[in-house]
Amino acid sequence: MSRTIFLTLRIWRQETPEAPGGFRSYRLEAVSTDLSLLEALDQLNERLISAGERPVSFEHDCREGICGSCGFLVNGQAHGPQAATSVCQLYLRQFADGATLTLEPWRARAFPLIQDLAVERSALDRLLIAGGYCSVSTGQAPEANALLVGQEQARSAFDTATCIGCGACVASCRNASASLFVAAKLAHLAQLPQGQPERARRAGAMQAAMAAEGFGGCSSHLECEAVCPQQISADWISWMHAEARH
Amino acid sequence: MAGRPDPRLPAGPIADAWRRTRAELPLISPLRKRQLQVLVVGTGLAGASAAATLAEQGYRVTVLTYHDSPRRAHSVAAQGGINAAKNYAADGDSIERLFADTLRGGDFRAREAGCMRLAELSSGIIDQCVAQGVPFAREYGGTLASRSFGGALVSRTFYARGQTGQQLLYGATAALLRQVAAGRITLLPRRDMLELVTVDGVARGVVARHLLTGALEVHTAQAVLLATGGYSNVFFLSTNALKSNATAIWRAHRQGALLANPCFTQIHPTCIPSGDPGQSKLTLMSESLRNDGRIWLPAIAGDNRAPEQIPQAERDYFLERLYPRYGNMAPRDLASRRARELCNAGHGVGPGGRSVYLDLRDAIAEQGRGVIEQRYGNLLEMYARISGDDPYAVPLRIYPAPHYTMGGLWVDYQLMSSVPGLFVLGEANYSEHGANRLGASALMQGLADGYFIAPATVTAWLAGHPTPAIAADHPACREARARAQARIDGLVAIQGDRPVDSFHRKLGALMLEHCGISRTAGGLRAGLAEVAALEERFHGELRVPGAAEGPNPELEKALRVADFFGLAQLMLRDALAREESCGAHFREEHQTPDGEAQRDDSRFAHIAAWEDAGEGREPIRHAEPLTFTALQPSARSYR
Repeated sequence: MSRTIFLTLRIWRQETPEAPGGFRSYRLEAVSTDLSLLEALDQLNERLISAGERPVSFEHDCREGICGSCGFLVNGQAHGPQAATSVCQLYLRQFADGATLTLEPWRARAFPLIQDLAVERSALDRLLIAGGYCSVSTGQAPEANALLVGQEQARSAFDTATCIGCGACVASCRNASASLFVAAKLAHLAQLPQGQPERARRAGAMQAAMAAEGFGGCSSHLECEAVCPQQISADWISWMHAEARH
Repeated sequence: MAGRPDPRLPAGPIADAWRRTRAELPLISPLRKRQLQVLVVGTGLAGASAAATLAEQGYRVTVLTYHDSPRRAHSVAAQGGINAAKNYAADGDSIERLFADTLRGGDFRAREAGCMRLAELSSGIIDQCVAQGVPFAREYGGTLASRSFGGALVSRTFYARGQTGQQLLYGATAALLRQVAAGRITLLPRRDMLELVTVDGVARGVVARHLLTGALEVHTAQAVLLATGGYSNVFFLSTNALKSNATAIWRAHRQGALLANPCFTQIHPTCIPSGDPGQSKLTLMSESLRNDGRIWLPAIAGDNRAPEQIPQAERDYFLERLYPRYGNMAPRDLASRRARELCNAGHGVGPGGRSVYLDLRDAIAEQGRGVIEQRYGNLLEMYARISGDDPYAVPLRIYPAPHYTMGGLWVDYQLMSSVPGLFVLGEANYSEHGANRLGASALMQGLADGYFIAPATVTAWLAGHPTPAIAADHPACREARARAQARIDGLVAIQGDRPVDSFHRKLGALMLEHCGISRTAGGLRAGLAEVAALEERFHGELRVPGAAEGPNPELEKALRVADFFGLAQLMLRDALAREESCGAHFREEHQTPDGEAQRDDSRFAHIAAWEDAGEGREPIRHAEPLTFTALQPSARSYR
């Protein structure tokens, strides 16, 4: 049922990576609970622009939880309080009238800040460049049904392939580890026959790249699993540790 | 441009014509390929697959994307699936049937040779994706699973739960990143293409803005490929990602590339309806839901009882009633138009009476909740998050929303635009979908263009035009850069008081009203005047905060919306000039007595290709006639 609430947004503002940052509070009056949090930020930005102020920078694109562009901390939680939800799918009906929401950017050494809530996550792509693929060129593929994959195996591979690369796992980890991201990609390909020929090399190369990019190690706090909008299981991290010895 | 554009169609029968064409295309030695520079703009399915394949063949490829990562391109959001004539279901499917469905679905406004090629290539696309590790759904025995989709009577749609686009894109971008690792692709993220560079009418490069520094960069090459997607965001509220835009194709158009059938835009019937005025987008619910969901409205206008209180006899399952052969699987344009008509007649439900029910009740009763959950679980979760309703307990509410644009830059059979050296792939071009695209055919076309067609035809172009890439300080580059700079400076200098979104929202509302599901000459003329007036206010009252340097998302939006104004007016003109109804283009003046689209093959069996005539001058409409040999145009009937 549609209703309106009052919200206070306490937002991290930082114009450049070098400039000092700090929180600023903005009050949203009578905002509809049918809006998403990002749409509330849109409204705030329109207000700031008309008042001659700099709008809040935040990353976003598809606004349906699949592109992985959006992401920041809401009251200390990556993507906010709703499980299995990226922040673009977080609707204001999740919040009580009069609530204060503190919005902060991902904080991780491998994710340098750009502005306000936006950070640079290209380090994740560099992990994929290290080996997150099957080396098959266009035109080399055998007939699709020549490779049989059991239904359960395909489902499990899909569950790990579904990672959207948002970086929430890194941002919520006290070591800023990308273990869940790397484990998910390794598990996706290792569970399929197509991924076997390069399996060992891929595991070694991607884990080495993770260390080189400044991501930390895993110390099994499992926050990554709790915040993952795609609900990828942290069991895959344990699996990855065994995979390194494969 | 004098006369009609030459589509360079293959001679002889259309079956196997692509193989015959390919056999004649010139080749380039591997050693020479390493000296040749190709530029790809966009990393969706078409761009990523083309870039990866060209690099695998040995070319030096530079890839631009405005995203921070290629994986975020809007192809990622495609839900339902990808068609291929594999006939794994042994239900009588074949290349000929996929061809016929595509041509017929597009209401005979596409080239038959292109449709046939697409059907012929479809099978190899699935093979390629599987080899990359795309985790398609499987049968118990381990073979690929398939399902049926809107507009088809066979089961030829391959899928990865409701995230097929995501999985295909990750396959294509993984192939792209593999070439980055190999040193053959230079990946330049966070670059927005603002201008096309041409020398003597030939594409030689682009000007792009670095979205973090604001710097204008020139990138030159011996062939330029645009794979920059569609322009549904001209409607503001659409299923597209918020950054999806028309700037690359519009700027190419302003530099001489013909724009084909811009009024052919698809409104998807199954989207979550709009509610609050602050809503920023419409979310698609895959039409695969129509396999199990029954679409209905209260039979009595103004019936505002809760859905569960409306007895069976007072429910109008209008698609099943009107289209008994296809039922809820009727093509997208028909489903959308019927929903709008009934809502206009007072049968609609939800806020403002702008929704119809999609009811899973019967499917859950017959097959069990578990089966439905397994099929659509993630879609239904998304619906629950957005709407706040439980779709297992109450019917979903859906309404049509702008989703895909068949129109785009005119290309010939070799995917080259009317600007030599400029190739256009995927949704950005006008090709096989005609006046209406079938479900699960966009992914097929994007990947056919990128994996198979462009690599062969770009090679043929480069073989014949080995001129080295021009220097970045060539006068043509300086001019293109100056044009981009002038547009940026102009927008920043306005310093009015209205944010860009307020104009975009208004433009979208105008376009939806005048150039949406249903169109009239009067409405289109009014639309032209209103859009022009709004554009004038945009250039007088806009406020872009901040400067041209540094990150400035508002400036990015302003540049895009400025170009949407131009495109919107061309769409209106195109819709006005096309005095017939076909596919998704429905002119109320042209309908049969029972309200179906009335095509006029004697006057409009052609592709309209618009030429830009310069600032302040009326664009020129060219016509490329369409001829049909394999399948004769027939009135589309899904009744």
